[in-house]
Amino acid sequence: MRRKATDAVLHVVLLGWAALVTLPLVWAVVSSLKTDAEIFASPWSVPEAPQWDNWARAWQEAHIGRYLLNTLIVVGGALALVMLLGSLTAYCLARYEFRGNRLIYYALVAGMLFPVFLALVPLFFVVDQLGMLGTYHGLILVYAAYALPFTVFFLHAFFRGLPTAVTEAAFLDGCSHTAAFFKVMLPMARPGMVSVGIFNFLGLWNQYLLPLVLNPDPDRYVLAQGLAALAVSQGYRSDFSGLFAGLIIAILPVLAAYVLFQRQIRSGLTAGAVR
Amino acid sequence: MRHGKNRFLIGALAAPLLLYGVFVVSPYAQAFYLAFTDWNGLAGQADNVGFANFTALWSDGLFLAALRNNGLMLLAVPLLTIVLALFFAALLTMGRSDRHGGFRGSGAYRIVYFFPQLLSVAILGVLFQFVYTPNNGLLNGLLEALGLGSLTRSWLAEPAWALPAVMAVMVWAAVGFYVVLFAAAMESIPRDVLEAARLDGAGRLTTFRRITLPFVWDTVQVAYVYLGILALDGFALVQIMTVGPGGPDNATEVVGLTLYRAAFTYGEFGYASAMGVTLFFITLTLTALALRATRRERVEIA
Repeated sequence: MRRKATDAVLHVVLLGWAALVTLPLVWAVVSSLKTDAEIFASPWSVPEAPQWDNWARAWQEAHIGRYLLNTLIVVGGALALVMLLGSLTAYCLARYEFRGNRLIYYALVAGMLFPVFLALVPLFFVVDQLGMLGTYHGLILVYAAYALPFTVFFLHAFFRGLPTAVTEAAFLDGCSHTAAFFKVMLPMARPGMVSVGIFNFLGLWNQYLLPLVLNPDPDRYVLAQGLAALAVSQGYRSDFSGLFAGLIIAILPVLAAYVLFQRQIRSGLTAGAVR
Repeated sequence: MRHGKNRFLIGALAAPLLLYGVFVVSPYAQAFYLAFTDWNGLAGQADNVGFANFTALWSDGLFLAALRNNGLMLLAVPLLTIVLALFFAALLTMGRSDRHGGFRGSGAYRIVYFFPQLLSVAILGVLFQFVYTPNNGLLNGLLEALGLGSLTRSWLAEPAWALPAVMAVMVWAAVGFYVVLFAAAMESIPRDVLEAARLDGAGRLTTFRRITLPFVWDTVQVAYVYLGILALDGFALVQIMTVGPGGPDNATEVVGLTLYRAAFTYGEFGYASAMGVTLFFITLTLTALALRATRRERVEIA
């Protein structure tokens, strides 16, 4: 009896926070299907007929579709680059003895201690001088460079933990160093690669500060940037429903990924935190 | 070992180190140099001004307001987030000593709680700007529905409420992540330890204070540092959500925003770099202090 009563209280409290978390999101979904008049009438009203047109307008006229594509290009490119370079670097530092090994490792790991704001001004001029402001490859290189420290840090520990006998066997079989890495070690490091890959993907997908400074061309805006610009620009203010729709379109890919891979995403992100 | 080791190492490390050197190390190094100049973006016109930028910072009302606000965020956001997260994590793992596994639905709560962590700050900013809208926003609508119509206000337009409103968004988004983190740590407490405490007559609160908390303290410490770094930022939320941005009356100004404006609106690149250097030393000091202050006896289980 007593346990039942405590359980009920427990669920009420836990449901309370669950409601607090979901309510703004559900409200935004419902609002994205209302007309502007309905939005202004009351936050609780349900749309008379779902206005899918809002979504089409956000996708087309507000360029959410293009921003999404830009984001996919930049994040995809940066993710591929940082995973390749990061795993190679981590592997070399973890498995080879050479002069400067420790120095390189600490120089990389120290990068995690510095606030990005400190680098912001000179970074802008570095990218500018290279002629890479507002380009895909400029953003890809910068994203990858700033994701490198954590990637190396995380994978370094991972490669350390793999047995040495395997590489030795591979060398005996005539494997080159490169082949030993790509054919033997990398597949063995898959769980670590998945964790850090998820971590990096979300981190890069959510970037706001770097594109704001380095990506001034509205045609190349990434999603976060485009969405914020829409919300800020006064001209768009009149189209509340379109902005809600844009917001939902921006949330959907992450929500879909979460529904499919929620376990991996949660363990990937939390593993990243306790390292 | 096989031959060709050096060639492999050079081939493998050249590209990442070049990338890191050009885009990360060199900007950080340059920032320390620029902080001592009056550079305004024109080539060849950077004069060394010694500590002038730094002394100017201490009489810059905007910067001081920003420091104050980041300080308030630093006090409130980590504390609130950790307390809430510990509370919910304790509820989610409650009864482990007398039942096997968590209770039914415990996993579902974690799935829902965690989701806001995946939303980008830009999305959070836009979403909550709507939530706080005075006339048709969710928060005022909710208050009216609950019969608390007298509490409704223009959340982001009142100096006293704008900063708490921003902080609430940070807490809202972060709690779930730490619930999952803390709950996982709590689940790794050996069941017989909890059982022993129960047999000794320890109540839930005593068990939490004497056993659970010491066991998860390492995780709490990590959480504190991460949340502190989060609270020292706040740039994106403030820039997107607040009026001004940074207003009203500098009530939501944060260091990142002051720096961004000084550099990219006014072209005071030397001055902005001095802010960056100051921010760096503050971050470093606070991290060291937080790690020291929260140091405790570690709980080791053989």
